Amino acid sequence: MPHTYEVLFKTLADPTRRAIFERLCREGEQTVGALTAQAGVSQPAVSKHLGVLKQAGLVLDRHEGRQTHYSARPGALAPLIDWTSQMAGFWQSRFDDLEDLLKRMDQ
Amino acid sequence: MNEKSTEALSVVVEREIPYPPEKIWRALTQPHLIEEWLMKNDFKPVVGHRFDLRADWGAVDCQVLAIEPNKTLSYTWEAHGLESVVTWTLTPSSTGTHLRMEQSGFRPDQQQAYQGAKGGWPRLFAALERLLARSD
Repeated sequence: MPHTYEVLFKTLADPTRRAIFERLCREGEQTVGALTAQAGVSQPAVSKHLGVLKQAGLVLDRHEGRQTHYSARPGALAPLIDWTSQMAGFWQSRFDDLEDLLKRMDQ
Repeated sequence: MNEKSTEALSVVVEREIPYPPEKIWRALTQPHLIEEWLMKNDFKPVVGHRFDLRADWGAVDCQVLAIEPNKTLSYTWEAHGLESVVTWTLTPSSTGTHLRMEQSGFRPDQQQAYQGAKGGWPRLFAALERLLARSD
């Protein structure tokens, strides 16, 4: 069963895509052209990455004339906190079982 | 490992265990013992060895990154679309062992991950914090 954070992990696993998202977080709203100038890949590639980011809910687009402006969505990374708490719970139980095993190993 | 650099997307569990490191090490590295507290597995204590952990809900793909007997064990942990690194650290204490587990998310670049997950996620979170600060 897919989790919300799973989509985020997959979306941000690509370093170029992650760099674009980081830049929007850091510098605020940008046009595709401005993003392409620093991305090190072609404009169609940047547009494709932005499309994937948008689908994951990480960015918003705003049309103004012939330009499309993109901005990062605050709070879109929130599901990652779920991942952290789920994993913490998982490992706490594993530690419990490990301690039980160690007790048995004494016998 | 720099604590600051990994705190963004990491899970740390620490516990004082009333047994010596050598005994805990066996439980962490012998497949039939690992199965008792974690999952079914084909683990081997060999750097570079690929193994998987299998449960009812699926499998976790892993690869051994580092081993220092009775002290530290580190392997990749790939599940739910995230490649992360699990690192076990055993430190002898007056009552037994201080056992620490850290799981951290990292770039898909293994070398980078092995050097302590610098960059990548932490940078992303720093960027997000700045964004949130600005939108207040």
